Amino acid sequence: MSFSDVYMLWSDSPAISAVVWTVIVMLLTYLAREPMHKMIEAFSSGAKQAFQQAADALQGSSQKLADRNREVLVAAGMEASERLIEREFSRIDTIVHRDLAEYPTLHRKISDVVTKIDEDYKSSSEAPPEAPGWGKAIDAVANIQANKGDPMVGQVLESIHGSMQKSHQHVLEEYRKSSRSRHMLLKKMRPFWRRMDGDLKQVDEKVTGLLERSAVIDQQMDEYENIVAKTDGAVRTLSSSSLTQFFIAGFVLAIAVGGAAINFNLIARPMQEMVGGSGMLMGFKTANIAALVIILVEVAMGLFLMESLRITRLFPVIGSMRDEMRVRMIWITFSILLILASVEAGLAYMREILSQDDAALRASLIEGGSSVAASSQRWITTAAQMGMGFILPFALVFVAIPLESFIHSSRTVLGMVGVGLLRGLAFLMSMVASGSYYAGAALISIYDLIIFMPLWIEGLIKGRTGSEAKKGLNLFESHATKEV
Amino acid sequence: MKNRLTIPAMLFLAFFVGGCSNQPEVPTTHGVYMLLDTSGTYTEELKKAQLIINYTLAKLNPGDTFAVARVDTGSFSEKDIVSKVTFDDRPSMANRQKLKFRDDIDRFVKEVKPSAYTDITGGMLQAIEYLNEAGVGKKSVLIFSDLKEELKKGFIRDIPLQVGGFDVVALNVTKLRSDNVDPREYMDRLSMWQSKVESGEGTWRVINDLERLDSVIIN
Repeated sequence: MSFSDVYMLWSDSPAISAVVWTVIVMLLTYLAREPMHKMIEAFSSGAKQAFQQAADALQGSSQKLADRNREVLVAAGMEASERLIEREFSRIDTIVHRDLAEYPTLHRKISDVVTKIDEDYKSSSEAPPEAPGWGKAIDAVANIQANKGDPMVGQVLESIHGSMQKSHQHVLEEYRKSSRSRHMLLKKMRPFWRRMDGDLKQVDEKVTGLLERSAVIDQQMDEYENIVAKTDGAVRTLSSSSLTQFFIAGFVLAIAVGGAAINFNLIARPMQEMVGGSGMLMGFKTANIAALVIILVEVAMGLFLMESLRITRLFPVIGSMRDEMRVRMIWITFSILLILASVEAGLAYMREILSQDDAALRASLIEGGSSVAASSQRWITTAAQMGMGFILPFALVFVAIPLESFIHSSRTVLGMVGVGLLRGLAFLMSMVASGSYYAGAALISIYDLIIFMPLWIEGLIKGRTGSEAKKGLNLFESHATKEV
Repeated sequence: MKNRLTIPAMLFLAFFVGGCSNQPEVPTTHGVYMLLDTSGTYTEELKKAQLIINYTLAKLNPGDTFAVARVDTGSFSEKDIVSKVTFDDRPSMANRQKLKFRDDIDRFVKEVKPSAYTDITGGMLQAIEYLNEAGVGKKSVLIFSDLKEELKKGFIRDIPLQVGGFDVVALNVTKLRSDNVDPREYMDRLSMWQSKVESGEGTWRVINDLERLDSVIIN
């Protein structure tokens, strides 16, 4: 039985058949309305719940990751802050040891100068000339009312006057002499004053330096306290700093990779002379792998050197070594680096020789035997290659610093990216949950739309036109209100 | 702190293990076997062959294999190999070997005497055997000849060539006087060799313009 046979079951007229089938379908749909509504509701509610749970789980995971990220950030920030404070204290310690260790000497010097100045000052104080005791007696004799014409009296008075004049002159001279010596003493005091002024300035500078350092420490301690308290501001600052570090370190690492690539090209060709030019290892030329290994060993030595110098802190074992052992390690890694750098310089020289050899061979084979004349300026490229071969390994040592920053900051950055992804997924799941809920409501509405006629008739019968249809539409809305 | 280097270490380990678990290694060396037609007047063309040999020498790398053999009356023989070499791994040593090889060829070209017959198929069979034995990764057979095979009576050369993975290049395929009269002879000759090589699953190329030598050896 074909579809058309079934379709035309009721009548030969397609229109009548269509009407009959529509009525049947509508009737059946109307009868199945309640279970269909329940089924759609169950599906949409189930989907909504599942997606919502997934969204909640993702949100929870993202929150956990964010918390962990925060912890990592705070821990890293605390460590960095502790390092800075430690360094500041170490600087203060240096200042105290270097400058304030001399303080007792300086104090003694200043005391000596002060004592000397004090003595000189006392010596320079003005002593009024002592009035002669017999002055008054002479004055009384001089005032005796006698005949001025008496030669005896006149002679005596003249003599007294002369003595008085002489005494006056003598006293004046003594006074001038003592004033001169006082002035001389004051003049001698001047360098002592200056010396004391210089010493005091020195003390002032040192104390000011200490105060400045202590201000820096205060500031860093404040930051440290903020980090320990895990304030939002501190975490924001640390996040921003971490992102900046990530990009800067990534940029410097990219430069370092460029340097390593140049280094690789310098030594890969001559390496063929050492390990052969045709051997393969893991799909790569053995010579290339050997060259790469040399560069990686240099980078590793650089890491150890930086670690031993306590510039980086990637390997706690090295950092916690005894100083004697650490110094030994510094020398060992530096020696290996020096040897490798020398080897590279030698290989760079070999590369130049091989290039010349190849050029000569090619000229001999292809260009009819005319050998390439050695250029007098060729030594420049040879020297440049050797120089690069020697310097690049040492330059690669400093890769350790951006590498450490990159590793540290990448933890935070990866955490942030993870949080972002999880939040995005949670949002998506939440959207899908809402979508499935509203899709269920829409399906119910569409279903009721198909059977609008029986619903309308039912409404008419019940005297409540459209109330049932409305009920169907409002079914989910009431659920939504409950959930809200 | 202890976990700081865990992720880079794991990545490195994954890379290393991934690298180790590769497929069995295929040799990357190149083997070239060149057949020089020494029949009749074609010996006059050998100067051009020298150019090609020198060019090939310049292009080959340490570890590669190169052999030059003459095509004469019966070429399926090691005795027809004029010079053969597998270049040393060290570039400097390989360069010295190349110079010696060139000298051998120069000497051969000076002293070569024309042969009466041209057994190209025998030479091809010898080339296939030699290159298969050499265990090289890429195999090329260069045929410096007019491709006109002339076999001595009694020689059986109706043998299919097993040249799967071989790159066969015909060089300087000169036109004979008879080709000028009837070019179909020349075309038939070329297509006969092409079908012979391609039916043996090899690739076939013809290079007559010696200005385009860079396409002879494709590394």
